[in-house]
Amino acid sequence: MIIEGADLNNREKAMFALRALYSSHGFSLYRMSKFEEFDLYARNRDFMDSASIITFTDTDGMLMALKPDVTLSIVKNNRHIGDNIRKVYYNENIYRVSPKTHYFKEIMQVGLECLGKIDDACICEVLLMAAESLKVLSDSAILDISNLDILSRIIEACDVSGEVEEKITKCVGEKNLHGLNRVCDENGIGGQKKELLQKLITLYGDPEEVLGELEEVFYDLSGDLSEESKQIYGDSLRKLNMIIEAFEGSDLKDMLRIDFSVVSDLNYYNGIIFKGFVEGVPDGVLSGGQYDKLMNNMNRKSRAIGFAVYMDYLGKLSKFDGEEVIIRG
Amino acid sequence: MAKTLNVALPKGRLGDKVYDMFEEAGFECPSIKEKNRKLIFENEAAGVRYFWVKPSDVAIYVERGAADIGVVGKDILMESKPEVYELLDLDTGKCRMAVAAPKGFEDDVQTTLRVATKFTNVARQFYASTGRDIDIIHLNGSIELAPILGLSDVIVDLVETGTTLKENNLEVIQIIDTISARFIANKSSFKFRNREIEKVVDGLARVVEGRKKEKETDK
Repeated sequence: MIIEGADLNNREKAMFALRALYSSHGFSLYRMSKFEEFDLYARNRDFMDSASIITFTDTDGMLMALKPDVTLSIVKNNRHIGDNIRKVYYNENIYRVSPKTHYFKEIMQVGLECLGKIDDACICEVLLMAAESLKVLSDSAILDISNLDILSRIIEACDVSGEVEEKITKCVGEKNLHGLNRVCDENGIGGQKKELLQKLITLYGDPEEVLGELEEVFYDLSGDLSEESKQIYGDSLRKLNMIIEAFEGSDLKDMLRIDFSVVSDLNYYNGIIFKGFVEGVPDGVLSGGQYDKLMNNMNRKSRAIGFAVYMDYLGKLSKFDGEEVIIRG
Repeated sequence: MAKTLNVALPKGRLGDKVYDMFEEAGFECPSIKEKNRKLIFENEAAGVRYFWVKPSDVAIYVERGAADIGVVGKDILMESKPEVYELLDLDTGKCRMAVAAPKGFEDDVQTTLRVATKFTNVARQFYASTGRDIDIIHLNGSIELAPILGLSDVIVDLVETGTTLKENNLEVIQIIDTISARFIANKSSFKFRNREIEKVVDGLARVVEGRKKEKETDK
């Protein structure tokens, strides 16, 4: 069957283009119900604010939720992966409160997840898929990459309260150097720890230049950080280098930037995290990363990495103007 | 040639001060000082296009990408928490976000504290951090009137010199934070217009530093 998609809008065209991309790279479509037991979100309320979920009571009295998130459901339904890697993609509508309008919104997401024995090659593959996704959406795109382990290790070395940790993370996320200096001064954080945090805010851009500067700092590290912290810092830099090498020789490499302001919840995410932007769209259109901690919190022994593309931002994508779509089934 | 940067400035006294800083940093636009009803002012050579907006709307223009960069009070950022980068403290428009009450006020912790403010999120967050049970009364102006007429026990508001409080027999009982004008950027613009935005940040940072040094010399 061939359906000519002359009436598809740009968002729908982008959705089919992404699905074709993931399918051609060996990811299988993961279908799920619109509903999920509310209990799943109640148990993970730090991950998903359960107050901002639409709930209803099913005919059997069970409290159900209209899905506010896809990742938790995929993790919940993939218990026994063993030594394999499960590679899935999805195209679902989710329902959550928009942080901009404070009203419920239906959001279309297309994304992919890899669960199981995640190795470096798998991390690189997901990053390449993220970059490919952005290329599908626009000819002018940027993929910001960070390694959350660097920030979390420096914060841990600062030995401050959870409230101060949050303030530091917020400042890094906002690229707020003056705010960070104030938090450091008020909480006795100085020396190399403060310098490293400042670097995480001020360094941005070409991956090789940024990593070069961070490596220089690494060789200068003295007694301010423990040997274990230095080891993790060094490993984190190596992991970022590994990703840049994976992009070597590809036209996607120009898209890469190192940006430590990409921060996510430190309780759930770890390691490599990333965010994608396309020119003309005011906010990030793609967001993802490793979430081994979430897996651990849900009693899973395996690791995981994935990303989502927020399709509701893409209504005005000019790349698809006049593009004809033929869907073969 | 680089595309022009859209700059949202807050209307009013703070906006005038801030524009002078942009001018000093090399991003002048003489037409902005002409007396007319134009809303947008552009200097193509300097690569900037300014527009005046209501101070509380600057962050929305920047967050939604209608402006690439802008200047906004920290009070607005604390209240609305927009998804923007806060790149520089311009060290102007300084005041304090504070709790004020009638002179001699003593907080009766056995009752709910009635708090009048236009910064409801800031007030809620501040009292949540202290564990105090409060009743928020949202007002849009003349906040100082609320405790005088018995509408509230205390107020959360901006305090610059404290004269209005003093004249109404009120006093600051707690400082929540210090406030000043902040230079903000849209997250996507920061990626795609990075060189131009960094140039503005560097220019403004030099002006801020220069003014701080002048103040120190005057002392």
